[in-house]
Amino acid sequence: MDFINAIILLLNYIFIPALTYGSQLALGAIFVTLIYGILRFANFATGDMMSFGTMATILFTWYFQSLGVSLGVLPTALLAIPFGIIFMILYMLLIDKFVFKYYRHQKSPPVQFAMVSIGVMFITQAVVRIIIGPGDRRFFDGEKFIIKAREFKEMTGLNEGLALKSTQVITIFVTIVLVSLLFWFLNRTKTGKSMKAYSDNEDLALLSGIDPKKIVLVTWIIAGILATIGGALYGLDKSFKPFTYFNNMLPIFAAAIVGGIGNPFGAFLGGYVIAFSEILLTYAYKKFFMYILPESMEPNSLVQLLSTDYKFAVSFSILVIVLIYRPSGIFKGKVL
Amino acid sequence: MVLILMVGIFQSWNIALSIFNLCLISAVMTMGANIQWGYAGLINFGIMGYTALGGLAAVLISVDPVQEAWRAGGFDILMSLWLIVVMVLVIRFILKRFEKSKIRTYSIAAIIISGILLIRFSAEPGIEAIEAVDPAKTGFLGGFGLPIIFSWIVGALFAGGLAFIVGKVALGLRADYLAIATLLISEIVIAIIKHEDWLTRGVKNVIGLKRPAPYEVDLQTTDWFINLVEKFNSGKLSVIENLADRQAALNQLVIEGSSVFVKLCYSGLFLVVVIILLILTQKALYSPWGRMMRAIRDNEEAANAMGKNVVKQHLLIFILGSAIVGIAGAMLVTQDGLFTPGSYRPMRYTFLIWVMVIVGGSGNNFGAILGGFVVWFLWIEAAPISLFLINFFTAGIPETNALKAHLIESVPYFRFLLMGLGLLFIMRYRPKGILPEKIEIK
Repeated sequence: MDFINAIILLLNYIFIPALTYGSQLALGAIFVTLIYGILRFANFATGDMMSFGTMATILFTWYFQSLGVSLGVLPTALLAIPFGIIFMILYMLLIDKFVFKYYRHQKSPPVQFAMVSIGVMFITQAVVRIIIGPGDRRFFDGEKFIIKAREFKEMTGLNEGLALKSTQVITIFVTIVLVSLLFWFLNRTKTGKSMKAYSDNEDLALLSGIDPKKIVLVTWIIAGILATIGGALYGLDKSFKPFTYFNNMLPIFAAAIVGGIGNPFGAFLGGYVIAFSEILLTYAYKKFFMYILPESMEPNSLVQLLSTDYKFAVSFSILVIVLIYRPSGIFKGKVL
Repeated sequence: MVLILMVGIFQSWNIALSIFNLCLISAVMTMGANIQWGYAGLINFGIMGYTALGGLAAVLISVDPVQEAWRAGGFDILMSLWLIVVMVLVIRFILKRFEKSKIRTYSIAAIIISGILLIRFSAEPGIEAIEAVDPAKTGFLGGFGLPIIFSWIVGALFAGGLAFIVGKVALGLRADYLAIATLLISEIVIAIIKHEDWLTRGVKNVIGLKRPAPYEVDLQTTDWFINLVEKFNSGKLSVIENLADRQAALNQLVIEGSSVFVKLCYSGLFLVVVIILLILTQKALYSPWGRMMRAIRDNEEAANAMGKNVVKQHLLIFILGSAIVGIAGAMLVTQDGLFTPGSYRPMRYTFLIWVMVIVGGSGNNFGAILGGFVVWFLWIEAAPISLFLINFFTAGIPETNALKAHLIESVPYFRFLLMGLGLLFIMRYRPKGILPEKIEIK
């Protein structure tokens, strides 16, 4: 019984939260990696673009709520996400037309692109804050829990409860669907294959008649979908605050690079690597050992490797280690 | 400069001087970043971390040591420091002694992990004891109780030391990866400063640091200062007939004058630093060393083929630039008189500085200073300017209009918009900055 309790404890506090957080990071990381692979620059506006998409979603959610439209037990935001995506894509294409296109035609070095993306970051941040303000916004409605901790305890008679939030399930489910669709698109369709070819060797791709304009357009569309959904899921699960989204850019970068930048599958797994290591290293295992070990060996301290304050630092340290020892990432991406 | 004078005339001299001081500090930071980016083409997004380290130096130098805390946990902390030193030495020894192999890598990893665990366990009682000492006021080890001016040098050393480690680790990376790596490392530094309370008090902040300039309160009771203010304003004062009124007016002037005077003291100190740095960096730019840096920047392989040690020079310039940023960090804390680890955010301390570098003109020291002044001025005055513009354009709309009210409420965020637009326009139409790099060969 104690053993099951210990397992449930880990499931409740480590596995499910890490899986959720990892999914949110993974979506962002694929976004970064796509932009990097095809448009060839590190996009410092990642976090803020995600917050723009989320903002659009929130505005539509409020609109639907005011109309009285809802999905019952599911959050209304799910209905608003497609509209948010459209806005996000329009914004991205606008930015691309007025900002990035010029540098692409100039064939500027990646550093210059990165600088320009910082300008975009400033502007996006301003736009988001002017429209919706810098405060904390919760836009979740519908049923909050699928399984409540107390109900679970009563059901199974265990000491440890297992709480399953509906946002967690939605996040994981949506991520799986979206990512499988994306990989199907990249590996099976003609456009997806030409995108890969363009990413591998631009000149060769152009020579074989691939239209670069179309590739760029499709890339931004996919990026818009990923950014909005990733951002909205994070906002549903926690809450929406522009500053947090800006900060999330860093673990997202870490995930993309750890997985091997330019490699969407690597980025997908990289998100989970980062999320799990963050949570595994900062969780206090005291209770876990209390279940597992006999009473005489129970630990006195919290058995915590690092304090939770260092959550971000963990992912960054992993990134630094990966950059030193395996700069192309765990799954070979572009060699840096 | 003219703009700052205008602020002085229209708003108040106090505000004008504080903007001016921060402009000077920004100029120092920008010069540091400019050395790395303009001279050598190294991209460093870790400016925030070096600034914070400079600030930490200010705290560690100027605060009086907390004797009780040292007694409570000083020994444990010193032991842990020794452990770290021993660990580093052992790893160095292994690296030198043995050939590269899997066993070596694993054993080093094992040493690091066990070392961290050992340090955690040995330092924990000490840390807890220190943080328990009067947590509302101290709860940390304190510093050395020296004049805060010294911290400007120590801040440079701290930042240079960090830059040495970062440079060793990350300088081999391609440009945009270097940017990300330095950004993330600076976040780690901030995390450590924020949460190691025994060293920095963390988010509890350190307030009331010593000053290199006199205190306003002392000035207001000093005879020579009152006489000075009286002489300065004799025209204004002589108009007032009533003796009591005159005394009251004088007191008011003394209070105002004292804070202006203190700010002027800071300005003088900062100006000296800026001028010294400017002379040194200009000398460096036109020296054979500066020529070599430009050669490395423009064509690494050719410079390497000419027998220049690219790796070493990159590391050197990375350390120098970061050290200058460290000075700026210490100056900033000196001016504020308080150290707030929570206020170090990448937006303000990394990206804004980069806007200054790009806008001012990379590779040109005067450009860097100009960028520091212009961008900081706009950053501060963006809110009043945009408020004015909003009022101007929505003049026909009544006050109660929701859109107008909303816009006026979000006035502080227009500064981001202004910065972003400024950066994009400069990058597009004047990619070398306002004052582009100019190299005259004499």
